[in-house]
Amino acid sequence: MAKLNMVQAVNLALRQEMKKDKRMVILGEDVGRNGGVFRVTEGILEEFGEERVIDTPLSELGIIGTSIGLAVNGMHPVAEIQFSGFLYAPFDQIISHAARIRTRSRGRFTCPMVIRSPYGGGIRALELHCESQEAILAHTPGIKVVIPSGPYDAKGLLISAIRDPDPVVFLEPMRVYRAIKEEVPEKEYTIPLGKANIVKEGTDLTVISWGAMLKYTREALEKTNYSAEIIDLRSIKPLDTETIINSVKKTGRCLIVHEAPRTCGFAAEIIAQINEKAFLHMEAPVVRVTGFDVPFPLYKLENYYIPDEKRILKGVEKVMKF
Amino acid sequence: MVKKALETFKVEYLQVLDTSGNADKRLMPELSRNQIKELYELMVLVRTFDDKAFNLQRQGRIGTYIQVKGQEASQVGSAYALGPKDWIFPTYRESGALIVRKHPMHMLLQYWGGDERGLKSPEGLNNFPITIPVGTHIPHGTGVAWASKMLKEKVVTMTYFGDGATSKGDFHEGLNFAGIFQVPAVFICQNNGFAISLPREKQTASKTLAQKAVGYGFNGIQVDGNDIFAVYKVAKEAVDRARKGEGPILIECITYRLADHSTSDDASRYRTKKEVEEWQKKDPIGRLEKYMRKNKILTDKYKEAVIQKSKERVEKAVGDFEKMAPSEPLDIFKYTYAQLTKELEEQMYELTKGEL
Ligand SMILES: Cc1ncc(C[n+]2csc(CCOP(=O)(O)OP(=O)(O)O)c2C)c(N)n1
Repeated sequence: MAKLNMVQAVNLALRQEMKKDKRMVILGEDVGRNGGVFRVTEGILEEFGEERVIDTPLSELGIIGTSIGLAVNGMHPVAEIQFSGFLYAPFDQIISHAARIRTRSRGRFTCPMVIRSPYGGGIRALELHCESQEAILAHTPGIKVVIPSGPYDAKGLLISAIRDPDPVVFLEPMRVYRAIKEEVPEKEYTIPLGKANIVKEGTDLTVISWGAMLKYTREALEKTNYSAEIIDLRSIKPLDTETIINSVKKTGRCLIVHEAPRTCGFAAEIIAQINEKAFLHMEAPVVRVTGFDVPFPLYKLENYYIPDEKRILKGVEKVMKF
Repeated sequence: MVKKALETFKVEYLQVLDTSGNADKRLMPELSRNQIKELYELMVLVRTFDDKAFNLQRQGRIGTYIQVKGQEASQVGSAYALGPKDWIFPTYRESGALIVRKHPMHMLLQYWGGDERGLKSPEGLNNFPITIPVGTHIPHGTGVAWASKMLKEKVVTMTYFGDGATSKGDFHEGLNFAGIFQVPAVFICQNNGFAISLPREKQTASKTLAQKAVGYGFNGIQVDGNDIFAVYKVAKEAVDRARKGEGPILIECITYRLADHSTSDDASRYRTKKEVEEWQKKDPIGRLEKYMRKNKILTDKYKEAVIQKSKERVEKAVGDFEKMAPSEPLDIFKYTYAQLTKELEEQMYELTKGEL
């Protein structure tokens, strides 16, 4: 089995699905000839041709808006938005249309499409190249939001996203695009959407994270003597509440780590779920370690914004010492 | 030094039928007497439906309604040019095009009566649901046409919007993609003079809306939108060309909304009575009627019968609409995803049992 990074794993998933599904097309800025700015789509144009790997004009609204039309009429578009900061322009298309077409037409028309976008900070990128919008997206009924934390998951989750009958936003954490290598089977496999992954079992506290933060949270926890149960959400929406609730009922303590700003960040929803479903099992208030409520800073200060080992360990102490 | 003109362009305008009902024989599209009668009957039906829907709103039997009145030729003439499998992408003002495309009238009333089920295009018809946010459906028309090209379906899309929509980014991005990928899309811009209160002149400094197509590398043409022959002729040619793979086109129909913007609007705040009266003289239905009389296609008796039949059909639609079973509250959950999520199951329970 080959050891791949996330870029290679996503590339493999795309190729395999392209081979299998003749109606799948890949479209976006620089995805063809250039193989994508992160090389995620490298070589796919050469293999499948210009009719199925389409270099679009610089037009995010156009990419998503026409992908909706493609999906409605039977194609399976996998659209790339080059950086997640440029998702804001087509938000209108995602929220007002992709998310609602099934409802608006009472199931007569549907929109099975995937929007892939590299997201998050930590790679010294430019302004608006580092956004984490999972909570904004998850707040919209009708779309699914999926975030892999490593190469193995990226392949299996992306294949599920491509085969899903509803629109899926697939956010790829740039910071770990090449930072993690894992065994990724060549053979086709899927990981179901809406199921979280218990990365490591434990008894003292539950730690929930996703995307790039999962790696750094795991590393931080290795420096403690607590037995932490670590959960990777994998899907933000639908949320696997069951796995979370079962875990916190066992541990009685919970820490959530995410990179997005705190207010109305996705931790808030998880805390509300725990509050509703496991309140009496809790030994301590749930603690969250998150980005701050400020615009993502330029790279000289980004490491003060993104939760680091020190802040994560402080969070662990806070929830354990309550 | 080199200085030369790289591009010049012209925008054509077409009128076939003048306001007195005389048609220019050289420009007349191919239409049999029966087809002309059908166009007339459709326009009368649309007007009858529209007036009825307005009254139903005033009586509180449906909610907000947005009238077609005055734009019947633009909608009927264009939609009539489509084949059975072609798609339309309507806005809130397109009851006319939807009726031509056989969307059941009682379902239109159901929609305006606040029941989403009314938008479900019956199987076999490709009537995309009405779009409320202005202009945002333009890229969908492009995308569906693009898929049609990829699938070699020979199916054409017709996307409707107003003059106001041409100021939106969606218009630019949708038409730009259509030009680059040469998709079989026809764009119908009904320039009815206003976007609510904003006159056309303040929407863009461009002399015509049709010429915007030039920037996307395809043709734009302006037609007298109250002349059903001109609209049909241009639309038919556009649809045929698109179907043959000759790419998209933008058609600007010069028309006028005789009614208020919507049932919540008062147009007297921004336009004069005199202006409206001038446009009433150019009414598309009256104009075709004059032509049909001159050419002995229409008699008083026939006209009476058409009006009577339209009334009956509309009354039947109202009856069917009012007899419809109310929608089930749980219906709001059913189409959010292909499969209910756990969260939605919980929330359905909350709604049905009244318990958290
Ligand atoms: C994006 C958006 N902005 C504003 C509105 C409110 N609004 C509804 S119709 C309308 C005017 C639209 O004018 P035009 O495109 O010319 O079409 P018409 O209504 O004249 O047919 C406005 C401002 C809306 N529905 N969508």
